[in-house]
Amino acid sequence: MSTYKIIDHEYDVIVVGAGGAGLRAAVGLSESGLKTACISKVFPTRSHTSAAQGGISAALGNAGEDDWRWHMYDTVKGSDWLGDQDCIEYLCKEAPKAVIELEHYGVPFSRTKDGKIYQRAFGGMTKNYGNEPVKRTCAAADRTGHAILHTLYGQALKHKTEFFIEYFALDLLMKNGECKGVIAWNLNEGTIHRFQSHITILATGGYGKVYYSATAAHTCTGDGNGMALRAGLPLQDMEFVQFHPTGLYGIGCLISEAVRGEGGFLLNSKGERFMEKYAPNAKDLASRDVVSRSIAIEINEGRGIGKNKDHVHLHIEHIDPKIIESRLPGISESVETFVGRDVTKEPIPVVPTVHYNMGGIPTNYKAEAITLNGGEKTVSGLMAIGEAACVSVHGANRLGSNSLIDLIVFGKAAAKRAAELIKKNTPHEEIPKSETDKSLDRFDKLRNGNGSNKTSELRLSMQKTMQSKCAVFRTAKTLKEGVEEIKKPFNGMQSISVKDKSLIFNTDLMEALEFDNLIRQAMITLESANSRKESRGAHAREDYPSRDDSNYMKHTLSWQNGNEIKINYRPVKLSTLTNDVQTFPPKERVY
Amino acid sequence: MVQFNLPKNSKILPGQYFKDKTGSSNLKIVHIYRWNPEKNENPREDTFEVDMDTCGNKVLDILNKIKNEIDSSLTYRRSCAHGVCGSCAMNVDGVNTLSCLKSHKDINGDLRIYPLPHLKVIKDLVADLNTLYKQYESIEPWLKIKKLKSQKNEINQPKESRDKLDGLYECIMCACCSTSCPSYWWSGEKYLGPAVLLQAYRWISDSRDEEKKERLKMVADKLKLYRCHTIMNCTSSCPKGLNPAKAIGSIKKMLATS
Repeated sequence: MSTYKIIDHEYDVIVVGAGGAGLRAAVGLSESGLKTACISKVFPTRSHTSAAQGGISAALGNAGEDDWRWHMYDTVKGSDWLGDQDCIEYLCKEAPKAVIELEHYGVPFSRTKDGKIYQRAFGGMTKNYGNEPVKRTCAAADRTGHAILHTLYGQALKHKTEFFIEYFALDLLMKNGECKGVIAWNLNEGTIHRFQSHITILATGGYGKVYYSATAAHTCTGDGNGMALRAGLPLQDMEFVQFHPTGLYGIGCLISEAVRGEGGFLLNSKGERFMEKYAPNAKDLASRDVVSRSIAIEINEGRGIGKNKDHVHLHIEHIDPKIIESRLPGISESVETFVGRDVTKEPIPVVPTVHYNMGGIPTNYKAEAITLNGGEKTVSGLMAIGEAACVSVHGANRLGSNSLIDLIVFGKAAAKRAAELIKKNTPHEEIPKSETDKSLDRFDKLRNGNGSNKTSELRLSMQKTMQSKCAVFRTAKTLKEGVEEIKKPFNGMQSISVKDKSLIFNTDLMEALEFDNLIRQAMITLESANSRKESRGAHAREDYPSRDDSNYMKHTLSWQNGNEIKINYRPVKLSTLTNDVQTFPPKERVY
Repeated sequence: MVQFNLPKNSKILPGQYFKDKTGSSNLKIVHIYRWNPEKNENPREDTFEVDMDTCGNKVLDILNKIKNEIDSSLTYRRSCAHGVCGSCAMNVDGVNTLSCLKSHKDINGDLRIYPLPHLKVIKDLVADLNTLYKQYESIEPWLKIKKLKSQKNEINQPKESRDKLDGLYECIMCACCSTSCPSYWWSGEKYLGPAVLLQAYRWISDSRDEEKKERLKMVADKLKLYRCHTIMNCTSSCPKGLNPAKAIGSIKKMLATS
């Protein structure tokens, strides 16, 4: 192995990732006086939070009466009773405060006539425990994520958070099952850095890029999840992958649910408003899994649009162009740029597209990572937040606009918990040299890969398998085939080819490292899906069409070791956190 | 007489030629700037023959195709692929733009792709934006309020006041504007440039902010602000259709009338 010079750093807390969750945590940590560093593989405002469009949910009640308990009920129902109710209570109760705080930070929210934060309708968000739609989603036009991300970066600058930008995190540094820091590669200088920390917070986002067609960015490779797996930790509920009903056909770019929130609707080739059939009350504003399945059925039964009858139309031509201009300007721009259509005159071609990972690193509501090791235990020194985490507040299906609020509430919670746990001036323990060696050995092997398999080919093979074997509808047959097929690109890594051998901004190598993270998650997603013999939320099994609470009201935990995937389960928390609200017992989920 | 010449090692030399191997009859010739900091070589211009029958419409699709199928060492930044993250800003056919939004169908003949101009190149199409990021930090891009009226409620902002932020807050910091500005090329260390001034104006225009005067004073400097000579390249290059030149004009006007 080549010898690498290592540059050492010591911090109280290391945040890996600078999207909404990572930045919110970093702001809280810096405020509390902890010595904090934030590492990110991209400049903070390039993080994928910037692509969030429709809004952030919180029961502010700016557009009619609202209550955080109603929000909690909607989220529990949306999760198809796989969400942990103590965590969901925390999320919904803290949401209004968290949004007001963002506004005080300077987020340019759109406004109501009386100067309050503008709120719009979103799928699954209802009044009085499922009665009628409520306007709960706080928005800055259709650029809410962008607005929040830039504002949070400003706050982090205000609080003098130390950033390590364009550093690619390689591995967690573990000692006796505890996390002691992280090792990273500085892309701009080509150097290796070892960060020792009392707490490491993974805020590394989702892994949408395991699929061929996704709204996710090229950088959404779930690097934190990959690091957790290599550290011998489990991931939770990875079979639950959200397909957004309205990805732009042929392009994959997101067309916000806000379009339907503002009055848009879907039509099939016969000109029918088919959602009336599948969700008689909520119609186009049913939750995402329901709408995506409905579109898939329409297409499968031959009522799709176009030459191949493989998509449907989203209509907003009936909405006043002035409203479109002020509330959906980004959508109009994207549709114009990518399919050359004017949304005020023509429908938008859409198709369900991979959008969000409900699964991730299991945590409690304080953001502490959890594992099973002869009983449920927190992993000392490790936290996870945002899409990388599975708290679980989204359970089997996330409601639109619950993701941004998840980032902010749990980013803040992580900072709070870290401040409680870390005693000032605690010295750092020595990290075993073997941890560094193990990570650099992997790095060096990939870097010197002179085999015959290009990363791009392995990635494509993985993506095609996921796209065809682990889609909106699944069966034992497709999943079993998938479990076998996915081993091919994984084993293919043994003879990977990395042409660029340099260390400065070597994106050839970085993509190989990202693939190493992706493929593990792909394997786990397939195996977890294969093991869950029921339909719940986003996991729709044609061979097991109903929810099976007696056998599967539990979280899947999965570990990866080479080709071996180990599956275990932990119970869903039905009990609430306080007496402010009662448990919502499972019932049939209809919209 | 004094002669000004470029240093010898900065001359761009002809590079490798990657001939099409697919046998396609629909080829586009793409010239790309290459430079590897770890090799003691001059920058070069590589040429790729790219099959357009199996390529998406955008310039980024071409780059991805080259990286995936022809030369995996090609280096560029990219992420969201739909114009919101600002990673893939570069110079395409002589104009700064986001490669994910720019259609190659608008460009006849050969395509030439270079990094954003007048920045230090890190590798191939990746340019060093650190100066611009430091300048962004210097305008203190956060809301300044002495004392909040209420922790519990939002600060009231009438719709008309909020509307003033439209066209300002949407900036994605891709740097296409600043790196197309001759004044910024010449004195980029001192002149804040259009991207950063647009953001300065975003905070000056926010009705909730209580330090408008201090913010104006902070930029009222012959180098920081008045190096803008209304050349307007910034506005014509902005891939998001924003108008930094107008924002700079508004700052100047505010200073002149305050």
